[in-house]
Amino acid sequence: MATGLNMQPFLSGDSAEQLKLLRDQTGVQPFVDKLGENGLYPLRCNGISVLQVNLGKVCNMACKHCHVDAGPDRKESMSLEIVERCLQVLDGANIPVLDITGGAPELNPHLPLLIKEAVKMKRRVMVRTNLTVLEQDQNYHLVEYYAAHGVEVVASLPYYRESNTDRQRGRGAFIASLRVLRRLNSLGYGGEQGGLLLNLVYNPGGAFLPPAQQAIEAEFRRELQSRQGITFNQLLTITNVPVGRFLNFLWHSGNLENYLQRLAAVFNPAAAPRAMCRGMISVGWDGTLYDCDFNQMLGLACRNGQAGHPAHISSFNLEFLQQREVLLDNHCYACTAGSGSSCGGATADSCRTKK
Amino acid sequence: MGDYYKSDDLDKFATMGEEAPELWEKFMQYYGAVFAEGALSAREKALMALAVAHALQCPYCIDAYTRESLEKGADREQMTEAVHVAAAIRGGAALVHGVQMKNMINKLGF
Repeated sequence: MATGLNMQPFLSGDSAEQLKLLRDQTGVQPFVDKLGENGLYPLRCNGISVLQVNLGKVCNMACKHCHVDAGPDRKESMSLEIVERCLQVLDGANIPVLDITGGAPELNPHLPLLIKEAVKMKRRVMVRTNLTVLEQDQNYHLVEYYAAHGVEVVASLPYYRESNTDRQRGRGAFIASLRVLRRLNSLGYGGEQGGLLLNLVYNPGGAFLPPAQQAIEAEFRRELQSRQGITFNQLLTITNVPVGRFLNFLWHSGNLENYLQRLAAVFNPAAAPRAMCRGMISVGWDGTLYDCDFNQMLGLACRNGQAGHPAHISSFNLEFLQQREVLLDNHCYACTAGSGSSCGGATADSCRTKK
Repeated sequence: MGDYYKSDDLDKFATMGEEAPELWEKFMQYYGAVFAEGALSAREKALMALAVAHALQCPYCIDAYTRESLEKGADREQMTEAVHVAAAIRGGAALVHGVQMKNMINKLGF
């Protein structure tokens, strides 16, 4: 049980410090041991079908569940040179999906170029947006730009009511999000089959697991349609991963050990082989390569072949990376808990929804 | 008695099966079936359990069904309304027994 506020100083955000904290929870079986017990260790990549590019940590918001610790005060942002390297890899390695994330990707000036060139290559392009950034004058036009390029929009909306959403994302976030969702709907997003795809993302508002994806999707659909006149294609439930700002919250609220124990108690062996790290590679703002966006924030970089150097987009070794061993630690419990969790929502069979 | 109820004790609930494993097994099967999706959704059942937990003032049940309601997608407003339902029924139950009082007064009085 939570024992009240922890009076330790706030984490610095340093990745080594975060990893130490995750490993120091004595009541939690190490994740690699849990995989081993279930005959699932080591976990290896099984081909790369998604290039996930994190354009930087700059964001107009500072959400409580954010594993990136993104915010307006961050400066890290991908350069044009690295963006062009990403495009070369997307082309050369014939990776079919480009998944763009951040921070707020819209706050990187090279986002339109990345989208335009990837679409020219006929790649499936998705952008993970916080919605509210598209209300800013300098980004307002990007909604039309997304539509014109057939970009899939994956939008954060933690709940279908204002108080819950604003508690997690900041005052005014819900109303601003609704305005942008209505604009997306008016451009053909979130409508009938064959139209532009608008998927929403649900994150729990604290140290607890998400509900069954299909059940909460039905709630969202009914509530957003009847109360707000908004439609969408799919709701993706994502388990909060104990990294970054969310890890800080867990630590200071006295919830960390309990949360990890909760994740471990509902470990689902069927979710591990379906973890997103097995089919993707994640690119950091500086071009370093990772198994996923969470490993990125913990500084767990992929190795580049047997040499053991951190892998970088400028020396992309497809043959090695597509069968690499995934780097694991206790935060990985979040992706294997219950119905499983990934950037594409729940991963276990019972909770998968048809696209 | 301030520490009569301990949160960690909820984890020991299964020890109630140590001396009566068959009864425990039957109870758990029934319990699991009750809370499965049915004519009512799992979320609706979690909210009902939360309300009952407050009516019974069971601290273990309050902890368990607060988490369960959140993990079934309920939010603070819905959960608070569920507790008000419990309060209304408990309060109403007290008040409606006033009729018994009046019946008795009418019987005893002039």
